Amino acid sequence: MNVTFWGTRGSLPCSGPDTQIYGGNTPCVGVSVGEELLILDAGSGIRRLGISLKGKYSTFHLLLSHLHMDHIQGMGFFLPLYDPKAEVHIYGPAGHSAPLIDRLSRYLSPPLFPIRIRELPCRLFVHEVPARPFNIGSFRIVAQRVIHPGVTIGYRIQHGHSVLAYLPDHEPMLGANGRPKDPAWLSGHDLAYQAGLLIHDAQFTDEEYPRFVGWGHSCLGQTLEFARLAEVRQLALFHHDPGRDDLQMEALFQQALAKQALPFGASIPKEGEILVI
Amino acid sequence: MAAYPLELILSRQLAENLAIPAFITDPAGNLLYYNEQAEALLGKRFEFTGPMSVEEWSVIFKPKTKEGKDLPPSDLPLVQTLNTHRPSHSTFWIESLGGQRHLISVTSLPLLGPEGTFYGAMAIFWTNEPAL
Ligand SMILES: [Zn+2]
Ligand SMILES: [Zn+2]
Repeated sequence: MNVTFWGTRGSLPCSGPDTQIYGGNTPCVGVSVGEELLILDAGSGIRRLGISLKGKYSTFHLLLSHLHMDHIQGMGFFLPLYDPKAEVHIYGPAGHSAPLIDRLSRYLSPPLFPIRIRELPCRLFVHEVPARPFNIGSFRIVAQRVIHPGVTIGYRIQHGHSVLAYLPDHEPMLGANGRPKDPAWLSGHDLAYQAGLLIHDAQFTDEEYPRFVGWGHSCLGQTLEFARLAEVRQLALFHHDPGRDDLQMEALFQQALAKQALPFGASIPKEGEILVI
Repeated sequence: MAAYPLELILSRQLAENLAIPAFITDPAGNLLYYNEQAEALLGKRFEFTGPMSVEEWSVIFKPKTKEGKDLPPSDLPLVQTLNTHRPSHSTFWIESLGGQRHLISVTSLPLLGPEGTFYGAMAIFWTNEPAL
C-alpha cells in the first residue's frame, strides 16, 4: 500500500516561505495498490492529486472524514469532477438530519461556489458510509465515528495484511481526566489497533492543549499515547496548526522524541512524501 | 479489538466530569461504569465491583418504595429505559453497602445514536434528604 501525503495541514491552507518543507495544503491523502486508488479527504491538497492522476484512472473513490471546511475545500478543484467520462464516488458520514449530498451542496453551490454539485459533468455517486465494514475494490474499509465536533468518522483501510488507520481530526482524551487508559473506553481504538500506519491529528503542543480542550484536536503527547495504546507500528503526525512553521514543527517533534522511547516509528510526513506499508 | 461505541465512551467521559452520581449501562443492562459520586452514595467502588449485570445491580442496593415495600427491578427507571428505550424518572429508597438508607430520585435516558440505534442508557440520581 502506497500512502501519498498531498496535504497535511489542519484548519487553513498556509503557503509561504516558512512552510515549504512540510507544506501548507489541508488534508488529502492518496492510498494506492497497483491500479487501485482511494483518496482520503478533499482539503486543498486534492488539487495537485487530481492533476497527477490525469488519464490514469476513470473511477475515483473519495472518502471524507467529515465536512469541516479544511477537509472539503479542495473538492471543487478536483479535475475528475469535470470529466464527463469519469465516475466519482464520494463517501462520508451520514448526518442526523439532511442527507450527505445536501450537506455537501451547502458548499458546492452559489454563493460559496459557482457550480452546483448536481451540475458537475462527471457521473457522481454520493454514499453515506455504512456502520458495517464494506469493500471498495480489493480494499476492506471500516468507518466509525470518533470524538470531534459534528459527525466525524475515522477509517481503517485494509488491503491484504496491510492496515492504514486515518484519524485526521480526533480528540480521544477529551474529558478522560488522565485515568488509566483502558482501550475499551478509547475513541478510535478499534480503527487504529495494530495498524501498520496510523495517520493522526497532532495539532497542538502539550502546553497549548489546555486552552483548546473540546476543539476536537489532540496535542502531541496525547497522540503518542493514543498510538501506544493502539499498538500501531508506525505513526504519521498530521493536521498541523497553520501557525506552526517548519522549524517549530521539527523542534517540537525532536523534543517529544527526547522525552520518551517510543515502541513504534514516528514521523512528520512532508507534503508529497510517500510512505509504504 | 472491542472498544465500546462512541455514545458510551462520550457518556462515560461526561459522567466522570459531573458532580452528579451517574450510571452507564449497555443495551443488555450491564452496568459498565459508575462515577465517583455514585461510589460515594452507594458505598461501593467501581474498581472493586467492576461491571455488574442488571440482575446484580438491580437488587444489590435493596430498592424500596416510599411505603417500604421491595421495589421490583422492572420498576426501576433505568430498567424501564432499557425495556422501552424511553426516558424514565422515579423517587425511591435504597440502602448503601454501609447500611445507610437514602431517598433518591433517578432520571434515566436512552443513548440513541444515529438511525435510532440503542447503545445503552445513562442514569443520574441524587439524594433528597441527608442519610437517615
Ligand atoms: Zn480538520
Ligand atoms: Zn474538523
